[in-house]
Amino acid sequence: MKIVVAIKRVIDYSVKVRVKSDQSNVDLANVKMALNPFCEIAVEEAVRLKEAGKATEIVVVTIGPKAAQDQIRAAMAMGADRGIWVETVDTELDALTVAKLLAKVVQNEQPQLVLLGKQAIDSDNNQTGQMLAALLDYPQATFASKVVIEGNEAVVTREIDGGLQTLGLTLPAIVTTDLRLNEPRYVKLPDIMKAKKKTLDATTPEALGVSLQKSIKLLKVEAPAERQGGIKVESVDALIDCLKNKARVI
Amino acid sequence: MNILVIAEHDNQTLKSATLNAVSAAQAIGGSIAIAVIGSGCQAVATDAQAIAGVDKVLLADNAAYAQHLAENEAKLVASLAKNYTHVLAPATATGKDLMPRVAALLDANLVGDVIAVVSPDTFKRPIYAGNAIATVQDSDAIKLLTIRGTAFPAAANTGGSASLESVSEVFEATKTRFVGEEVVKSDRPELTAARIVVSGGRGVGSSENFKVIYALADKLNAAVGASRAAVDAGFVPNDMQVGQTGKVVAPELYIAVGISGAIQHLAGMKDSKVIVAINKDPEAPIFQVADYGLVADLFSAVPELTAKL
Ligand SMILES: Cc1cc2nc3c(=O)[nH]c(=O)nc-3n(C[C@H](O)[C@H](O)[C@H](O)COP(=O)(O)OP(=O)(O)OC[C@H]3O[C@@H](n4cnc5c(N)ncnc54)[C@H](O)[C@@H]3O)c2cc1C
Ligand SMILES: Cc1cc2nc3c(=O)[nH]c(=O)nc-3n(C[C@H](O)[C@H](O)[C@H](O)COP(=O)(O)OP(=O)(O)OC[C@H]3O[C@@H](n4cnc5c(N)ncnc54)[C@H](O)[C@@H]3O)c2cc1C
Repeated sequence: MKIVVAIKRVIDYSVKVRVKSDQSNVDLANVKMALNPFCEIAVEEAVRLKEAGKATEIVVVTIGPKAAQDQIRAAMAMGADRGIWVETVDTELDALTVAKLLAKVVQNEQPQLVLLGKQAIDSDNNQTGQMLAALLDYPQATFASKVVIEGNEAVVTREIDGGLQTLGLTLPAIVTTDLRLNEPRYVKLPDIMKAKKKTLDATTPEALGVSLQKSIKLLKVEAPAERQGGIKVESVDALIDCLKNKARVI
Repeated sequence: MNILVIAEHDNQTLKSATLNAVSAAQAIGGSIAIAVIGSGCQAVATDAQAIAGVDKVLLADNAAYAQHLAENEAKLVASLAKNYTHVLAPATATGKDLMPRVAALLDANLVGDVIAVVSPDTFKRPIYAGNAIATVQDSDAIKLLTIRGTAFPAAANTGGSASLESVSEVFEATKTRFVGEEVVKSDRPELTAARIVVSGGRGVGSSENFKVIYALADKLNAAVGASRAAVDAGFVPNDMQVGQTGKVVAPELYIAVGISGAIQHLAGMKDSKVIVAINKDPEAPIFQVADYGLVADLFSAVPELTAKL
């Protein structure tokens, strides 16, 4: 079984972004970038399926600027076999365009399973996997906390609002990862060295036959209203007094 | 404007997140229809008819829709969408699973987690864990939105008299098999709609120790939430996670106990009206957003608070 994993280069989760003073966007100059945490979980899951003998090849794909190759190498160091880089200068493609590009890659590669993160922690969109599933008319299981391959099916447990739901998807299928699916491994230096030798193919939206249209226009990016820090209270009694008499919430 | 709101429900009751989405529809302005898609969900349609300001309820009642599977439900919504300028759904797990799939079927984008309507084609949404607010303009012919419930008031669930129309189109899911569901049953108020939320973090230490959090919550008739660390450690189930990648809450009162205040957690609760933090570390970042901070060991402070309320 071949697995394709879509990965995105995003701001490191520990960095708090600042909005540019002209409100055109957030300021990403000199900010630490990383593999989106949910994509890291997706790569880990693919590697575990390969280690368990369920998968034979793992192909990672990213759409983005040249620097996004770093994330492909990071995924290769975790255990992905091959990389595809779709070069785009514009880093703000809309989700539908990203899904269309990924759909072409999936049609070329013909994997049985496509893994994506549930959301990119920059745009917080949570939509690419679902769009890709629609474009390919594949079944989908979003927010996965467990994936089991049984014959021609992926049996996936999903985190839903009220608890957990389990679905059986006929392969080929799309799965998006949630936090509890696994804990990604730490990569070791020899794996990083090995990753440098793995095949990384570059392609372009033109070569894939996808035009970069945009229906979402970013007009403005503002900082949220700052919360004023409050006070420290000395005791439980003082806290109760504040809640009853000042805030009047109890 | 002709707006369709997808109802959130469990085939028995209409979930309150639907009422917030109706308010967002009212902010856009125009006629409002609600689609109730499910199986044996006539009672939900009746509830929806009573919502003030709703003109029409579309009822698609078929066994094929019993489990809200995105594979087939998206096809139905995409088909219904053709008669509307906007399709809205609550930004819940179900809405987020469904709506992007509908969008791609319509060759459109989706604006997710909308927190404000600027005009019928321009919306605000949080990005980067709520550390920035983007204003985006959507030029798609049919605008697809998911609505963050905490940002819009609930529409009144009485006083309306919408007409009822049944939808006979049936799409079967052929590649998705429903295996089962483990729904957490709780008598406490629902997390995203509660007036008071008490949340516990890694500091609580164990699932057994969470009883101090439950006791305080029950005294206040509050819902119980948690940080990711508490969920990952198995202290509580996943549906209790508050944050950037969990649920977003904005109650009148949020009490964070043994939670440090990571940006991902703050993203899910910093719009609460009053925030209380109980943490033994005076430097914990949660104190920077707390209206009232108590530096104390939670195992003495929380039971004392519960006893004195
Ligand atoms: C300020 C701002 C606001 C935006 N607002 C919107 C908006 O309202 N609506 C909208 O449609 N778009 C919006 N975008 C565009 C958004 O960044 C793109 O939609 C994005 O490139 C597509 O991925 P995502 O972040 O939506 O992915 P998500 O759907 O959040 O990510 C899920 C998964 O998809 C995969 N994936 C995502 N991007 C890539 C990629 N480039 N290469 C490989 N795999 C990928 C990964 O597996 C990822 O984990 C906005 C962008 C910015 C900067
Ligand atoms: C992609 C991604 C998504 C994430 N999404 C979320 C999310 O949605 N929600 C979320 O919450 N987190 C999320 N996180 C995790 C987040 O970064 C933090 O790791 C997490 O919120 C920490 O949880 P905590 O505050 O309970 O634990 P810690 O940071 O370990 O804090 C525990 C606190 O308890 C205090 N404490 C300990 N013992 C006591 C005691 N006896 N009495 C009083 N205080 C005590 C300590 O002083 C400390 O401040 C995400 C992370 C990533 C990478």
